Amino acid sequence: MSGETNAQTDSDIEAAIRENHPALISYITAGDPSLEDTKEYVEALDRGGADLIELGLPFSEPIAEGPTIQAAINRALDAGTTPQGFFELVDELETEAPLLVMTYYNMILQYGSEPDVRPFVERAAEAGLSGIIVPDLPAEEADPLRDACDDHGLDLVFIVAPTTEGERLETIMSQVSGFAYVQARLGTTGARADVSNATHDSLTRLEEYDVPKAVGFGVSEGDHAAEIVEAGADGVIVGSALVDIIAEHEEGDAPAADDLEAKARELKRGALRGAEGDVPEPEQP
Amino acid sequence: MSESQRNRERDSEATFGEYGGQYVPEALMPAVQELEDAYERYVLENEDGFMDEFRERMRDFGGRPTPLQRADRLSERYDREIYLKREDLLHGGAHKLNNALGQVLLAKYMGKERIIAETGAGQHGTATAMAAAHLDMPCEIYMGRTDINRQRPNVYRMRMNGAEVNPVDAGSATLKEAINETMRDWATTVERTHYVIGSIVGPHPFPKVVRDFQAVIGREAREQIQEQAGRLPDSVVACAGGGSNTMGAFHEFVPDESVALHAVEAGGSSLDIDEKKGLAPNSATLSTGTDGVLHGAMTKLLQSGDGQIMESHSVSAGLDYAGVGPELSHLVDTGRVTPVSVDDDDALNGFHRLSRLEGIIPALESSHALGYLERAAGPAADGRAAKPRDENYEELGDLVVVNVSGRGDKDLETVLEETEKRDLEAAPEVEVFDS
Ligand SMILES: Cc1ncc(COP(=O)(O)O)c(C=O)c1O
Repeated sequence: MSGETNAQTDSDIEAAIRENHPALISYITAGDPSLEDTKEYVEALDRGGADLIELGLPFSEPIAEGPTIQAAINRALDAGTTPQGFFELVDELETEAPLLVMTYYNMILQYGSEPDVRPFVERAAEAGLSGIIVPDLPAEEADPLRDACDDHGLDLVFIVAPTTEGERLETIMSQVSGFAYVQARLGTTGARADVSNATHDSLTRLEEYDVPKAVGFGVSEGDHAAEIVEAGADGVIVGSALVDIIAEHEEGDAPAADDLEAKARELKRGALRGAEGDVPEPEQP
Repeated sequence: MSESQRNRERDSEATFGEYGGQYVPEALMPAVQELEDAYERYVLENEDGFMDEFRERMRDFGGRPTPLQRADRLSERYDREIYLKREDLLHGGAHKLNNALGQVLLAKYMGKERIIAETGAGQHGTATAMAAAHLDMPCEIYMGRTDINRQRPNVYRMRMNGAEVNPVDAGSATLKEAINETMRDWATTVERTHYVIGSIVGPHPFPKVVRDFQAVIGREAREQIQEQAGRLPDSVVACAGGGSNTMGAFHEFVPDESVALHAVEAGGSSLDIDEKKGLAPNSATLSTGTDGVLHGAMTKLLQSGDGQIMESHSVSAGLDYAGVGPELSHLVDTGRVTPVSVDDDDALNGFHRLSRLEGIIPALESSHALGYLERAAGPAADGRAAKPRDENYEELGDLVVVNVSGRGDKDLETVLEETEKRDLEAAPEVEVFDS
């Protein structure tokens, strides 16, 4: 049936998006360049107005990631980031914005003593995470993880790609909770200079579903955020543009926190402008 | 039908026991399902005469059937009948063309306009480049920088056939990283592009598609051995990286329970792993791996306790991979396939021995299967008591088929270098090694 979703009535994530509409969702990789830095960065993003914060738990084979986040993951792994360290960081964090973990399926499976998703989900719930995003887990393989998330009150966010249509779109939307992650374009993550046409098409296809829609993959500036929100998105997801700031500072070594906070403000302001219809004409190439 | 019922039904098609599945980014799912549909129609049902055209091209362009040859001097050395399935004589010099031509042709039937592929040893890249030239499709190959440096001749061959070769610098810059990068390309270009995966790995239906195109190896060998030796073999031996030549050789024999199936993995320099550094100095996934998800499938993997994939090692680029086909993982768990391994030294000795005794220079990958013969059946009075006889030797029996998956021209430089470093009993003392 069309228009039906798996919305959890008590979802922190959904509430955060609806109450702070249009929402800014930020991503950084945990452990890049160290877990101590990540703690500061998350607090800075929280201050800067991020309404949800995704933390990447690094996996050695990030096939959905472009060069920017691949490099961040390598820095995090080189720094010795482990799932244990990651959860200890989350234990300590006290942010206004709900936190999500973004990681690959094998990391979830291997957390316990034998391949099973439950120990990871239990630990995530205990640490206070509100949801999970798994870029290599399509709806067809998601039953075990979705059941575990349902049992622990965590949202499982699914990605809707430009190629997702018809029956598959319905299947995914019936399983989504928290928000639908609308992939703005085909390809991998990475900051881009424009907003793709696929974004508008995807938002149109999703109009009838009553779950918040957030657009990611390539969003890097306040003006993009404005354009995307004006096109009907409930939120924008920004990753690579923030990771770029962290990478630049690592070379310099001044703390990146202030710049991250400022970037979050710019993006949030952009999103708000989009909601008011105050959107600049996109530059013609 | 409820959601979970539908999922269960789908699962039995998409999996081998608990292995397999479709763990890929959402953007790729429609393409993977489109391939499922094409596989059913064209491969399984021969729609539009697809399989007829495939077989005809494999004969005229590829040179099939390949011979099954009795190896006289090996038979004498090992005191049993040894037959070689000569996939080294297939066009391109390896079994890889069986799959590459099949998939490029399938892509054409599906209306795709561009071919991409990963390659480790360069054999799959070469085969794909040849098939793409033959069928007039643009083609790009991703190859790790380490592999580019150790398999140069194949890089030149790919370029000669008009393919672009894109170097991959991530990680250890070998097969695993090349697959990652090809998947990223595919996630960007999926609407027009077909990804010709090079082994029985990846999301469903790739492991089945590749196996079915490779199964011709065992189908021919099974007929040939009965013609030539009058009966089924006692065992079939093949090297295993991802496992395409392996399942290709085994598939037709799986129902023949009297036939032992030995998959020979790369033992590298040691079967131990270094969790701290994330290094496995081997590629013996079936023998030592644990269950997890990599490159779209649940399978056995070389991984850390946290789930990070290890950097593998083998002297042979084509076996240097931390995963393995889900079907082989399943057949190992059920006991139908016996995983064994030989180390780099054994493989190099296998290389030299076949070259000297039979006049066939095998690929370093295939040399693992030959090295295993020595470990399992070599003359006991060899003075090499340091290494015990492989414990599975009794299963080999009196009539053995060994798949020579490819020829070794591409490996000469590596073999020269690696031979100089060691004291190998089977290495020849010829000028060329002193130059
Ligand atoms: C000659 C040869 N044999 C075997 C392999 C290993 O692949 P698979 O295990 O898929 O047969 C390769 C891979 O490049 C190869 O070139």
